[in-house]
Amino acid sequence: MNTAHVNTAQEIRELERAIERIVGKALAMGLDPFPMRYEICPAEIIYTFGAYGMPIRFSHWSFGKAFHRMKMSYDYGMSKIYELVINSDPCYAFLLETNSLLQNKVIAAHVLAHSDFFKRNWRFQGTNRQMVWTMAAFAERVRRYEQRYGRDRVERFLDAALALHEQIDPFPARQGRQERPEGQGPEDRQGDPGGRGSRERGADPRDPYRDLWDLDRHLPGGAEARPLEPAPPEEPRPPARCRDLLLFLMEKAPDLEDWQRDILSSIRAEALYFRPQMETKILNEGWASFWHARILRELDLTPEESVEFARLHAAVLAPNPYHLNPYHLGFYLLTRLEEKHGLEKLFEIRELETDVSFLRNYLDEQAVEELDLYLYRKEGDGYRVTAAHREWEAVRDGIVRLITNGGVPYIYAEDHDFGKRGELHLTHGYEGVELDTHYLTRTLPHVHHIWGRPVHLDTVEDGRQVRYTCTGEGQVERKVL
Amino acid sequence: MATYFTITREDWSLHRQGQMDQERHREKVREALKNNLADIVSHEAIITSDGQRVIKVPIRSLNEYRFRYNYQKQERAGQGPGDTRKGQVIGREGPAAGAGRGPGAPGDQPGEDYYEAEVTIDEIGNLIFEDLGLPHLDPRKRPDLTTRRYEWNDVRRQGLQSNIDKKRTILEALKRNALRGRQSIHPIGREDLRYKTWDESYKPETAAVVLAMMDTSGSMGEFEKYIARAFFYWMVRFLRTKYDNVQICFLAHSTEAREVTEEEFFTKGESGGTRCSSVYELALEIIARRYPPDQYNLYPFHFSDGDNLASDNPRALEMMRRLVEVSSLVGYGEIDSYPAGSGYYRSTTLYTLFTKEIQNPRFVATVIREKGDVYQALRTFFGPEQMAALGGASL
Repeated sequence: MNTAHVNTAQEIRELERAIERIVGKALAMGLDPFPMRYEICPAEIIYTFGAYGMPIRFSHWSFGKAFHRMKMSYDYGMSKIYELVINSDPCYAFLLETNSLLQNKVIAAHVLAHSDFFKRNWRFQGTNRQMVWTMAAFAERVRRYEQRYGRDRVERFLDAALALHEQIDPFPARQGRQERPEGQGPEDRQGDPGGRGSRERGADPRDPYRDLWDLDRHLPGGAEARPLEPAPPEEPRPPARCRDLLLFLMEKAPDLEDWQRDILSSIRAEALYFRPQMETKILNEGWASFWHARILRELDLTPEESVEFARLHAAVLAPNPYHLNPYHLGFYLLTRLEEKHGLEKLFEIRELETDVSFLRNYLDEQAVEELDLYLYRKEGDGYRVTAAHREWEAVRDGIVRLITNGGVPYIYAEDHDFGKRGELHLTHGYEGVELDTHYLTRTLPHVHHIWGRPVHLDTVEDGRQVRYTCTGEGQVERKVL
Repeated sequence: MATYFTITREDWSLHRQGQMDQERHREKVREALKNNLADIVSHEAIITSDGQRVIKVPIRSLNEYRFRYNYQKQERAGQGPGDTRKGQVIGREGPAAGAGRGPGAPGDQPGEDYYEAEVTIDEIGNLIFEDLGLPHLDPRKRPDLTTRRYEWNDVRRQGLQSNIDKKRTILEALKRNALRGRQSIHPIGREDLRYKTWDESYKPETAAVVLAMMDTSGSMGEFEKYIARAFFYWMVRFLRTKYDNVQICFLAHSTEAREVTEEEFFTKGESGGTRCSSVYELALEIIARRYPPDQYNLYPFHFSDGDNLASDNPRALEMMRRLVEVSSLVGYGEIDSYPAGSGYYRSTTLYTLFTKEIQNPRFVATVIREKGDVYQALRTFFGPEQMAALGGASL
């Protein structure tokens, strides 16, 4: 039992009063958060949730590894998570039980703004607000799969699926169009639910908006006037490339069992759920920092609290020579934009932008110079600056490049019957930065594990086209094309 | 307003998912360690450690691999204290580059790409020693020493309730029900119950002596010494972990041989030529004086670069023969830092001489060419094949 920080009923009442004031201020100033569920937790729990990204998620050693690492750096006082907030309705926010009252005030305000952002930013509009329960249900199914198919087998498959979890199309709505030209392949075996036949928009039983599409038929003019998506005369077209590897594998991998398809589909759903958070890290953290500062200014803090707040705020916003601190960058840009254009403009930005568009539109010369942003590159054993404020546009574009597609390379599935041998052909959408070959040669076997047959990946190295081919666990060959 | 938020505090003390998955991760680290033992055994940090410390071992197989950019070739972004200029060097690679280590800690180096497992030397030792043993250990020598052991090796129909053997019980129930034409575990009757029980056994303890002999002559370079020490380091640890009363004698030699303390053995270097017969002679002398072969199992091990004085070779061979006669096993390890197949020079080493002249299963020789071979040498001398070949007994 932790005796050092027992939150007495009185302390909780005090916090309750403080949060009531904070919520009042936030609503009065125009924030529109989901109802909040604050939960006070011990450090172990916060770090568990931090490692899993959710209160309940399926079991996997990689989460255990992350948990251990986060917990260690907390135990050694190297880093600390003060809170964790979940995109859900109601919005769950977990507070560390060792937080002081002032820290909790800051965090309460901070997560209120996150909650508002989740609710109002356009990128989050399609997200599953009940994801907590969806993930809990998947965790339960994984447990059953482990019992039925053996832990090692399930773990091996999870390893493979997780290796590809970033390879999704962040806008699944586009997929209806992308996949249609694929024609009626022979792959819809055993009438599996994820199979091609049932993939038409609106027919997918998992599509939560199915009923909305059905509504279209009842619009004035009806279905004849506005056919659902183009239904042009089907003509044979070359297979379209697909950047949603998880979906592609789920539908086309020849020998998957239902439980394996479920794992691919669920990990994909989880990745899609987290994706908007990746794409709005700077904006969302900037927004939350802007508001915790604004709201705290409105509270009557004691002089001691003011000092503590200034210290906490500075620690959170501390710049780093090797990484961008999203809190700092977002906070700075929003603060300046408010000075220039007023608060209304900020509400508009939080609704309409993601990090990429936000930086493209508002990271200007002054910002690059004042923040002292730069790009650097490894040279020998040192890190040398390649562009600084004098080349501010290069800096801006470089930062945008780093966060484009979540900082993940584009990998496309080109062909599921490569060489007419049922082999999988992938290509890397090379845009000037090469792939990490060490990682590449160890990721391909994961793809092979799912596909079950040889897998090829084309990429560019030193200006030359190369093809990596994986024919089995640990067997990867490289060939210059 | 009051419904707009709630604050709760629950009892989380039973929430163990993080710990459970962490445990699974630890298991995987152990598996990975096991698969990388050859690299780890000769890891610098281990051989130079004081033996108790937790050391960090890089493990590659536990990364979460995915498609990602090559960090080395990628431009990255950072933030300076003000007025950073193009061309400026903001830092250097290396452990000293940041205040703290760990994910996301300030100063964390970009692009670190392996997982470092923290393990104790004992943990690694247990993995290495798992299936090693002293070959041809003769238990009849000094039978007065015995130890009592408990072995869970029997199953009975009666026993203590806490020792119930669930698997066998269910199998019995299945069988019995099947005989009556029912495909079911239930009912489980009293007659199905099976209990695990133990036997007491008396094992003779054996007196074993290991003579660790090392060439410390001038021709033994840094690499050679490192290898010899790495081998003896693990050998000593192995013997102390697995056998309660193994005695170890440390003998160092150049042209002369002498008995040294363990500390001297692992730290002191010498110079001069090489006469291996000197150390074999000393070993035989010590055996005659202190460890009569009819009472002790003898294990002389010698590590050298094989570069013996040619005039000494006949005598060295003669002494080695006599050692093989009295010992349970003689090990000879030759460290060859020359590139493989580099010329006739190496063909005149002790290894070639011994392996040609001594045809006795109790003489085992091996050549070590790189650090990773140390592990192989340990297995050659103490591994399961050796044990099987010589009918060894493990205590």
